[in-house]
Amino acid sequence: MRMRRDWMLLAGVAALAAVGAVRAAVLVNGAGATFPYPIYSKWFDEFHKLHPETQINYQSIGSGGGIRQVTDGTVDFGATDGPMTDEQLAATKTPVLHFPTVLGAVVPTFNLPNVDSLRFTAEALAGIYLGKITRWDDPALAQANPGVNLPAQAIVPVHRSDGSGTTYVFTDYLSKVSPEWQAAAGKGTAVNWPVGLGGKGNEGVAGLVKQTPNAIGYVELIYAVQTKLPIGSVRNRAGKFVEANLDSVTAAAAAAAANMPADFRVSITDAPAADAYPIASFTWLLVPSRIADAAKGQAIKEFVVWMLADGQKMAPPLSYAPLPQSVVALERQALDKVSVGNP
Amino acid sequence: MTDRRALAAARLAVRPIVRVAPPSAPERVRATTPPHAIRRRRLADGAFRLTSLAFALSVLVITGAIAIELFVRSAPARHAFGWSFLSTSTWDPVFSHFGALPFIYGTLATTFIALAIAVPLGLGAAVCLAELMPHRGVADALTFLIELLVAVPSVVYGLVGVFVLVPIMREFGTPIANTLSFIPFLAGPVYGVGLLTAGIVLAVMIVPFIIALGREVLLAVPQSQREGALALGATRWETVRHVVVPYARSGIMGAIFLALARALGETMAVTMVIGNRPEIATSLFAPAHTMAAVLANEFAEATSDIHLAALVEVGLVLFGITLVVNAVARLMILGVRGGDEVRA
Repeated sequence: MRMRRDWMLLAGVAALAAVGAVRAAVLVNGAGATFPYPIYSKWFDEFHKLHPETQINYQSIGSGGGIRQVTDGTVDFGATDGPMTDEQLAATKTPVLHFPTVLGAVVPTFNLPNVDSLRFTAEALAGIYLGKITRWDDPALAQANPGVNLPAQAIVPVHRSDGSGTTYVFTDYLSKVSPEWQAAAGKGTAVNWPVGLGGKGNEGVAGLVKQTPNAIGYVELIYAVQTKLPIGSVRNRAGKFVEANLDSVTAAAAAAAANMPADFRVSITDAPAADAYPIASFTWLLVPSRIADAAKGQAIKEFVVWMLADGQKMAPPLSYAPLPQSVVALERQALDKVSVGNP
Repeated sequence: MTDRRALAAARLAVRPIVRVAPPSAPERVRATTPPHAIRRRRLADGAFRLTSLAFALSVLVITGAIAIELFVRSAPARHAFGWSFLSTSTWDPVFSHFGALPFIYGTLATTFIALAIAVPLGLGAAVCLAELMPHRGVADALTFLIELLVAVPSVVYGLVGVFVLVPIMREFGTPIANTLSFIPFLAGPVYGVGLLTAGIVLAVMIVPFIIALGREVLLAVPQSQREGALALGATRWETVRHVVVPYARSGIMGAIFLALARALGETMAVTMVIGNRPEIATSLFAPAHTMAAVLANEFAEATSDIHLAALVEVGLVLFGITLVVNAVARLMILGVRGGDEVRA
């Protein structure tokens, strides 16, 4: 009786040790952008199911926080909607590499009675947000929208009050198409808006636009699709009015792939391709080029390889545009630059 | 005869009659407690005093640490902008021109509007609950409900403001602005969100403080004061106005300044209804921005060091304004206190 109890005790301790050994697995910490959080959390969950010993933990604290933490080395990888500037890259202890993961787009939304869709030229968008175009029946808008009954009312522009990657992409586009915008406000996650009300988050902007007659705002494509907001089409560089969808956004990235810089820090707004949507952007993972912890580094590299292959298939159901094949091939090559463990 | 007197005098000389008080409680305890227990009690008392002193000082230490941290982290912005930070109106994160004047204006303006609405409302309600309600049951039930309002999170007030108050403001404000546009305070397009909307939401948030505390303070006024006034022939209203409220003045002012402190620091409810536009306009219907709102909005994504330092400096200015306002409040309460006044 006593012998059997001793054996059971030993078996119990051994089982606990085994469980402990499995739990002493690889834990990778990341932080950064909020825009890709839905797809990232799905990816990390699926990757964990395939590799149970690896657990990737991601906190969506914002691109700024992601950049800061990967610079300080407090997280194993970061994520950002806007690429790091040269000054930020210079401030890192180990060089940080950018890896595009998915594509996002920013769409204009509006609140006009009996109008479901509108076409915007680049000059119209820049003029509205500069405060130059103040009424909906302005010629710049009327010419692009023949047959649409635009009211003779003042436009109420709405922008983001909080710093965000959405603002970065939108102002990046405006800076490219309007030198006046570049001089007045420039591009950034938060800018000095010449006119307009500020809403906090995509939901704040959408809420203000829905509630305020004659308002116009900009939101993430995914958010607009899920909340069924009226979306406007934008004229691209080739002269075509393109609506944002997964194909037009991927087309914008494919056009940029031809001249992709080695560090993938490229802006794909105002892309030249015929079917490209002009206000699109990559979102990047920030991976240090030297990872001392061999297990973590290996886990991160395996994740990126998996993300470029199977992970991309999970993007369209969540309304994220997948990367074009040419970019995927370049990234696989660039992954070799990440050195793992102590050489 | 003299022998007895001599004997009594001799007895007194040897053993004088000294009036001795019976031993006090501590003395009785000390007399019956063994020495090691006395030492332990003295140690326990000392430890208790030190521990509670440490707790009291820790609050000061934490506040001091916050002030120091704010001061140190805002150094790049303070060196870059100096005192002009408080007088410049531009807030440009891209070209790194930062000035906090629109936020200071927004904070002070919304707080002022909120107090202008909440103080008469709150004081009137407090007087009603404390003085004029004959049935204690009804008054107590109402007080309980009002005190529940204090516990409602501010985000809820913000949501109600966005979905209820903003459309109402737009509907009623547009005709007012159109007819009275010659008054600068009421001019301009009415978006629904703006300074006045934020002021009203803040007023609704701080009124329960004023009512609850004001009622407590008014109830604490001695009944003899009221009876004396009534005996002199004063009406109900005269009693309240000339006797009860002045008696409770310092407590009421304490309640008002507590409400003021909450209004200064309120973030989420304000940022949802104020329009978040860092601009100073004379119209009450114009959008504005406050210090707490800009911190909540921009801090997470601020990437450049100077942007972060400027935001920390805005936090330092808010901290300073709150301290100054509270210090003025305390001084005013001390000034009016005197004699048998009710404590805050």
